[in-house]
Amino acid sequence: MKSALNFPIYLDYSATTPVDPRVAQKMIPYLTEHFGNAASRSHAFGWKTEEAVEEARAQVAALVRCDAKDLVWTSGATESINLALKGAAEFYKTKGKHLVTVKTEHKATLDSMRELERRGFEVTYLDVGADGLVDLDQMAAALRKDTILVSVMYVNNEIGVIQDIPAIGELCRSKGILFHVDAAQATGKCDIDLRSLKADLMSFSAHKTYGPKGIGALYVRRKPRVRLEAQMHGGGHERGFRSGTLATHQIVGMGEAFRLAQLEMAAECERIRAMRDKLLAGMSQMEEVFVNGHLERRVPHNLNLSFNFVEGESLIMAVKDIAVSSGSACTSASLEPSYVLRALGRSDELAHSSIRFTLGRFTTQEEIDYTVNHLKSKVERLRELSPLWEMHKDGIDLSTVQWAAH
Amino acid sequence: MAYSEKVLDHYENPRNVGSFDKSDDSVGTGMVGAPACGDVMKLQIKVNKDGIIEDARFKTYGCGSAIASSSLVTEWVKGKKLDEAAGIKNTQIAAELSLPPVKIHCSILAEDAIKAAVEDYKKKHVKEPAKEAG
Repeated sequence: MKSALNFPIYLDYSATTPVDPRVAQKMIPYLTEHFGNAASRSHAFGWKTEEAVEEARAQVAALVRCDAKDLVWTSGATESINLALKGAAEFYKTKGKHLVTVKTEHKATLDSMRELERRGFEVTYLDVGADGLVDLDQMAAALRKDTILVSVMYVNNEIGVIQDIPAIGELCRSKGILFHVDAAQATGKCDIDLRSLKADLMSFSAHKTYGPKGIGALYVRRKPRVRLEAQMHGGGHERGFRSGTLATHQIVGMGEAFRLAQLEMAAECERIRAMRDKLLAGMSQMEEVFVNGHLERRVPHNLNLSFNFVEGESLIMAVKDIAVSSGSACTSASLEPSYVLRALGRSDELAHSSIRFTLGRFTTQEEIDYTVNHLKSKVERLRELSPLWEMHKDGIDLSTVQWAAH
Repeated sequence: MAYSEKVLDHYENPRNVGSFDKSDDSVGTGMVGAPACGDVMKLQIKVNKDGIIEDARFKTYGCGSAIASSSLVTEWVKGKKLDEAAGIKNTQIAAELSLPPVKIHCSILAEDAIKAAVEDYKKKHVKEPAKEAG
């Protein structure tokens, strides 16, 4: 019998997803055969690719229920976010110079905000609760007369929690403040309806939803009209918002990926939720395992767990059969644990002990079973090695210990 | 991150894992690091009447390089006099394990752990006539 398992097991779908083979198939002719420049109006090569680009635009629009004309192609969510935040801030700076975001946002947002601070804008970074969610009253209190834009992510990349985007949208609209949503982790996971959502700008990525890397889109509402200062200048493509020859094959890939997401989302989420629940049930048989972030208000694809008294990087090293990511940034030069987990108020130990499991379209039951058994034996082994576990077992409260920080 | 073969070997087969009774007079215990920084090392040495370290144990919470550094030094301190052990330099540990620059702090922690264990042992024996050679 053929083994159902291929190693390493991929449980890092929030980092990126494989391109769905159906998507790859659709892309290939646009590299070799239909290679025209979509901006060429004078011949059939250009017409063919322009048609493909507009079909893809309609497919992306269909998933998030917006007008296709409101979508601008970019190189990915990072560029979309940069364009949305810097573009809006620069255009509306005469109205006000205050922006609001959240401490647990992706670095694309946080670093764009830092850049805007250097340019003289003022930014408020809101805290989140222990569950990772933004408090609406705190959000309302942070809004000022000179606030021009609020940016909040739909789904958090580390802990998978879903922010209350409809309510934040209502709040911003009622005050005439622009609202940008980073939806990179939400497409194909959450039902996004831009007809009813009061969002003015929304960033998308293809490669988190089984499309290719290097392509994304920015939704820029036209009614009521949102203006942006372009960040990329050139041929005036994409309504002047983003110049540069369109990457037809990438765009076709994103369109097909989003079309498949729309078709398969409901069944896929249900299947993934069942596997996630199984993963959680298995892991919960161990002592001192904690879920990071709200368990209900989260996408089923994400399970972020802290294995207390075990350091995350050593655990990842132990589970090399499984591709996951750690909230511990010990792998980089800094020794800071995840800023997202810190923002939840997690202790340093728990933040350092976290592993993010993200499931996806090609995850199987067998992979989940293997992961549970594998993790159990490795956590047990590392706890035998851990002086903190020993102290815990001896009844010592670690928070009372005076550590010699280094 | 790619680990050296020696780090992987110590990580997969750590030497001298465990604990001695820290109230035992022949035992010196060093605990260094902090959970907040992502690593805590506990190193214990057992010293004989001649002031020679005859055995060592460790437990480490930390990354693979931290575990490997502490496992390595438990091997190195055995058979050494106290001051010889305390003289082990982090650069020797880092070189032996081929630690990359971002992991040098692991070797520093291991050096500190030895010094702390030696210190602890000496403190226990401060009022006795000096028995240690060297």
